Amino acid sequence: MNKKEWPLWEVFIRSKQGLDHKHVGSIHAADAEMAILNARDVYTRRMEGVSIWVVESSHIHASNPEEAGSFFDPANDKVYRHPTFYVVPAEIKNM
Amino acid sequence: METIVEKSLEDIFEEKIASEIRIEPKDWMPEKYRKTLVRQISQHAHSEIVGMLPEGNWITRAPSLKRKAILLAKVQDEAGHGLYLYSAAETLGTSRDQMFEDLLSGKAKYSSIFNYPTLSWADVGAIGWLVDGAAIMNQVPLCRTSYGPYARAMVRVCKEESFHQRQGFEIMMTLCNGSEEQKEMAQEAFNRWWWPTLMMFGPKDEESPNTEQSMRWKIKRFTNDELRQRFVDMMVPQAEFLGLTVPDKDLKWNEAKGGYDFGAIDWNEFWNVVKGNGPCNKDRLKARNKAQEEGAWVREAAMAYAEKAATREKKSA
Amino acid sequence: MMDHHTQPAHVLHELQFKTPLQEYSPEVRQLVFDYTLQLADTSLILSHRLAEWCGHGPILEQDMAMTNISLDLLGEARNLYQYAAELEGKGHTEDDLAYLRDAVAYKNPLLVEQPNGNFGDTVLRQFIFDTFHYFFLKELQNSTDHRLAAIAEKSLKEASYHIKWSSEWVIRLGDGTEESKKRMEAAIDELWTYSGELFEATPTEKALQELDIIPDYTSIKAEWDKHVAQVLQEATLALPQDQWMQSGGKYGRHSEHLGYILSDLQYLQRTYPGQKW
Repeated sequence: MNKKEWPLWEVFIRSKQGLDHKHVGSIHAADAEMAILNARDVYTRRMEGVSIWVVESSHIHASNPEEAGSFFDPANDKVYRHPTFYVVPAEIKNM
Repeated sequence: METIVEKSLEDIFEEKIASEIRIEPKDWMPEKYRKTLVRQISQHAHSEIVGMLPEGNWITRAPSLKRKAILLAKVQDEAGHGLYLYSAAETLGTSRDQMFEDLLSGKAKYSSIFNYPTLSWADVGAIGWLVDGAAIMNQVPLCRTSYGPYARAMVRVCKEESFHQRQGFEIMMTLCNGSEEQKEMAQEAFNRWWWPTLMMFGPKDEESPNTEQSMRWKIKRFTNDELRQRFVDMMVPQAEFLGLTVPDKDLKWNEAKGGYDFGAIDWNEFWNVVKGNGPCNKDRLKARNKAQEEGAWVREAAMAYAEKAATREKKSA
Repeated sequence: MMDHHTQPAHVLHELQFKTPLQEYSPEVRQLVFDYTLQLADTSLILSHRLAEWCGHGPILEQDMAMTNISLDLLGEARNLYQYAAELEGKGHTEDDLAYLRDAVAYKNPLLVEQPNGNFGDTVLRQFIFDTFHYFFLKELQNSTDHRLAAIAEKSLKEASYHIKWSSEWVIRLGDGTEESKKRMEAAIDELWTYSGELFEATPTEKALQELDIIPDYTSIKAEWDKHVAQVLQEATLALPQDQWMQSGGKYGRHSEHLGYILSDLQYLQRTYPGQKW
């Protein structure tokens, strides 16, 4: 089995109109067209989706987990980015 | 100046495990953790794929169109589960081809239960009810296993699996409420599948060398014996409901422990099947090898086409 | 409680069509019944063949693809058998019709009972059928028979995927490696002869065409020719010359393969008559 294996693709599915595509898993396929068909056959058997994205896994670049501290901790103390930081009088509705 | 206390990678890893933080593919992990996972996940994937064969055997002979559709969908789900699990193992740096090679050469193991033959339609019911029932007991805790991709794959598997056991029970119930011949068919299948199903939980705790480390790393959540006991306690009343007799003379309710005592498992049989001497080990591997060999030209052709198409695209760009 | 989202779509589709039966004269009713049964047999037998692949496909992803197609066709067959049983009005079920008729009573065209062969043979058989099926259902949607129109509309969505799947595979295998091309050429040699029967109208079909209950095959054949030529060209495969076309299946004159399919399919119902499963 020294033949080349079909590349791996990451599959993202929009479960319904208006929502983001979400990573659901991966599949193997020789090309993009087939990757979409395969993703459909594997990941939407129970009406899970209305749209599919596929990306060859080798094309995904990820942040380094060892840098997770410097990447994500700074957002920890920026409470002013969250709506609950602000005092809104009780009489004001729907804000 | 603050002094930064350097923690070792291993400490960080152990801390995450201790505080129930999932380990993700790019995180540092001990080599042995990685190996244990690849072994366990790929064995699990192989079991799904090989497990398609005994039931698939009945797709063309299912007794009604509805049963045929359900069985076909169920066996297809198993292909899907195998696929999710292989993908989870691939995040640990082992290719599906490599795992397949290990399966096909007989090096990798899979659940021994699938080395037993399906001889009657009731076997399809018994597999769904008993074997999938046992599998669910094993699998539900794995939805919280410490390795992220494995846990996520298991969430999907368990969600889809939920109808498998019910369809098996429904087949058994229909047979048990049917003619004398059908009842006999159900009891006969139950007799053959009961003990091998109990073996599915693996060797006794004291003889399961990997359990302790796997429990510590939260790859495994319960011991083999704990799960087996739970399974027996769950299934006996169901068998009674169906009017089936559990093929175990020593089965007895034990008030003190709040569970059933049951007879001794024939571990010789278990190890013998693990070693490759079960009634269907050879057939199962032969079928998988055949599919792999006969599919080689298809996989190559798709690859060759993809390469040609990519070159054409480059030229025209 | 059973959560519907955890069930495959195909398992849920029982008795979807509850439109009341149309008023037909006994003669027309018989025609519609015979024809509905022919369509049902066709989908069932092809589904059965594809299901034989389950667990033995060339790669997991394709194992699942073929099973999906098989399940779609099985669903279509069930809708049709259920309708046929209603038309017949003798209290038979879908299972009585599928499991208790012998080979000569089955009216599927010969193509769909042909053995799976290798993956290329299966892909080509599927391609010939899917292309027909797709253009046929598109027309059948407009049938004056409400139920057939409704079943066609539902199945068309599935058939649009099938034709894509098999066309893409014909292209990849035709224009893949030398070996795959040879295998596809051999598949064409083997199976082309069964393509003509799809468009050959039996007296039942002719009568229904005149009543506008089913479409005329002339325009469907033209669409079929066009799509097939396009795909074969992209696949770098030669379009076969005009040749002798086998037929007979629609009249119940089958190849020897069908008997074996039915002995598997009908085994339990025949061995234990009248039981519930």
